Amino acid sequence: MAAMVRLVGEINTLISEVYDEKNEAERCRHTEYTAAVKIQSWFRGTRVRAYLRYLSKCATTIQKHWRGVLSRKYCRGLVKNSLLVLKLNHYNLLATKIQRSWRGYYARKYVFNYYSRKKYLEALHIKNELIRSELADFSEHQLAARTREEEKNERQRRQYEARRHHYLVSTVVQPGIYNSPFLPYPSETEYLLRNVQPLEHKKKRKNYCNFDPACLSYNSQVPKTLPPLAPKPQGPFREPKEVQKQRYKPFKPTLRVATDFFSLEKARQQLRNEEWVTRLNDDVFKPFSHHFVVYEPLLHTKSKFGPMNYGTKYFREEFPDKFLIYQNFKSQVPPIPIFDKFNDTYSRGEV
Amino acid sequence: MSRQVLQVFEQYQKSRTQFVQTVAELASRPQNIETLQNAGVMSLLRPLLLDIVPTIQQTAALALGRLANYNDDLAEAVVRGDILPQLVYSLAEQNRFYKKAAAFVLRAVAKHSPGLAQSVVDCGALDALVICLEEFDPGVKESAAWALGYIARHNAELAQAVVDAGAVPLLVLCIQEPEMALKQIAASALSDICKHSPELAQTVVDAGAIAHLAQMILNPDAKLKRQVFSALSQIAKHSVDLAEMVVEAEIFPAILTCLKDKDEYVKKNVATLIREIAKHTPELSQLIVNAGGVAAVVDYIGESKSNVRLPGIMMLGYVAAHSENLAMAVIVSKGVVQLAIALSEEQEDHIQAAAAWALGQIGRHSPEHAKAVAVANVLPKLLQCYLRADASEDLQTKAKKALKNILQKCVHLPALEPLLHDAPPNILKHVVGQFSKVLPHDSKARRLFVTSGGLKKVQEIKAEPGSALSEYINAINNCYPEEIVKYYSPGYSDALLERVEQYAPKV
Repeated sequence: MAAMVRLVGEINTLISEVYDEKNEAERCRHTEYTAAVKIQSWFRGTRVRAYLRYLSKCATTIQKHWRGVLSRKYCRGLVKNSLLVLKLNHYNLLATKIQRSWRGYYARKYVFNYYSRKKYLEALHIKNELIRSELADFSEHQLAARTREEEKNERQRRQYEARRHHYLVSTVVQPGIYNSPFLPYPSETEYLLRNVQPLEHKKKRKNYCNFDPACLSYNSQVPKTLPPLAPKPQGPFREPKEVQKQRYKPFKPTLRVATDFFSLEKARQQLRNEEWVTRLNDDVFKPFSHHFVVYEPLLHTKSKFGPMNYGTKYFREEFPDKFLIYQNFKSQVPPIPIFDKFNDTYSRGEV
Repeated sequence: MSRQVLQVFEQYQKSRTQFVQTVAELASRPQNIETLQNAGVMSLLRPLLLDIVPTIQQTAALALGRLANYNDDLAEAVVRGDILPQLVYSLAEQNRFYKKAAAFVLRAVAKHSPGLAQSVVDCGALDALVICLEEFDPGVKESAAWALGYIARHNAELAQAVVDAGAVPLLVLCIQEPEMALKQIAASALSDICKHSPELAQTVVDAGAIAHLAQMILNPDAKLKRQVFSALSQIAKHSVDLAEMVVEAEIFPAILTCLKDKDEYVKKNVATLIREIAKHTPELSQLIVNAGGVAAVVDYIGESKSNVRLPGIMMLGYVAAHSENLAMAVIVSKGVVQLAIALSEEQEDHIQAAAAWALGQIGRHSPEHAKAVAVANVLPKLLQCYLRADASEDLQTKAKKALKNILQKCVHLPALEPLLHDAPPNILKHVVGQFSKVLPHDSKARRLFVTSGGLKKVQEIKAEPGSALSEYINAINNCYPEEIVKYYSPGYSDALLERVEQYAPKV
């Protein structure tokens, strides 16, 4: 009980002590609490990190092994492949060697044979020369033929001109224009003119019309050149010469064939037509120049005018020395020396 | 009394005849045409085509033909005047003189344009003309063939119409006639028909034309030969088969003599024929080469001028394009020299272009070919063609292509040297490229390249780094010691002088 009393006596202090302690505890509680949290957080953190580390370590291990497997697999493939390529290249090289030599041989033998091409080109060269010379010959021939033709035409043209202008030739007394007396010899044209015949006058051709009833023969045109004949066949045939003659013979129909059945009527019609066109005057027109008068002889002449009998009755001249005088001419005046000098120039057409 | 009555008719007929004859006479001079047209000559001539007197009909047709011949307006007027049906109708009925005149009118109308020719065809003229081809008289046949040819020459449809009318066999018969004019015109008509399409040419060939045409190639008549060669070349140009058929007619050694003909057009047409045959296949070209054709053509190019030599130039190009062997044959036949002469002599662009093309075809096969071309001093001329200010676009492209082809094969350095100095960059690239390929392997060439100043020139070229040109230049520079390259590079003297300045003599 004493203890009880002592306690009761000491109750105030006890209470104050309790309060003090409580206050003290209350004061430190926050600090302790934060400290405890800190410790806990550190510890938990450590644990979690350790766990994570553990996990990652596990993952690394797995990955390590898996990657190793993959890489080894890949590497094996690579090695295999490269070996293949290596082999391939090697064999290709060998094949190329074979092909090279074969192709070279083949080409040299069959495709591009150097010697055969050389031979070909040489042959071609010769052929070309041949062709060239042949063509040159050909063109030369042609040129020669052409010039010959041209010359011939020119000659003919000149001949024709000369014949046309034949009147320009010198005569005995009158020198022509191509024969100048002042030149030592006449010009070339003069000789040409002397050598050709003068051109004949154009004959007036009666132009028959095709259906002229009075026409006795048809002037059918036989072509100048007919196709050549075949050689004479064996048997009773005519000679080719005869046949040729026959072919070029002009067409000569008999009178009966040549004459139109209506020729009489046609001729009459034509006459009538002509009459109709030229019906001005029935009398033929006579020019004055052809005025013909009967010769009236003079009263006191003795000679008879009329035809001579020369050539019909007698053939020689009757009085050959009729006009001859046996005495030379005499010059009445002395000769003029200067005329003598020029005398030579009065040429007889040539010097 | 009756005489007086008759006299009136006589008078009328005489004056009609006189009128028609005078008009026909006047229509033959171009200066009268306009006056005649203004005077309404068409409407006056039309009734005279139906005149009872045949002479007047013929002369009226002749006058109409002359008018229609003059220009296409008048031809149009003839068509509009409904004159053609009359003509076609009477073409079947009348005598040969009238037929000739009517065919002349049809020809004169058809010649101007495809439309007018079509209107002639629409009138049914073709059948009548084909019937005229069966006529006995060569004059009628001639004018009918002429009209058919003029109709067919415009386009393929009209030519087809002529073929459908059955003209071809008759034209082939006409070729065989003895008359020269008829032969000429029939050959010309066949040529006009053939030129449009392979089918038409095949029709003509099927009618057996080639054999007859081939027979006439040695005919002395120049005009006939022109037409014959024209027809053959028109046949041969379409396909290999047709060309082979032409060749099979054994024309070959014979036509070469015609290259020496005195007539220019004969020569030109022969060369065209050879070209048309050669262009198809290497085999045909080979055949021509073996026959000595190339040598003949080369001579012909040397002898002729301007447009006449064009087909020959093209023929050489075609032959050389086929294979290197054929190109070698052209070179052996001295073709390159003639082409070079043609290239420098000719003034016209299209001939130069053809020559440039042919040279390019010859030189593109191998270094050997390119050397043969380069030795003929062709490259500077080609370059000149390419650079000339007034050159046509075609010539420029052809010259450039040829240069490129030849340069890419050329290893003949002396010929390349001059190009270093005056070629533009796009050509220079190829030139320097060739040098860069050859120099590393040829010591003599290296030496020559330095002494001739080529190296110096190369150093002066301004090339963009990384371009092909700069690569080539580097390749060339690598062939030489560094000092030489430096020595020749521009600005080296300055560098030397600088070194002199910086040099401190040891005292």
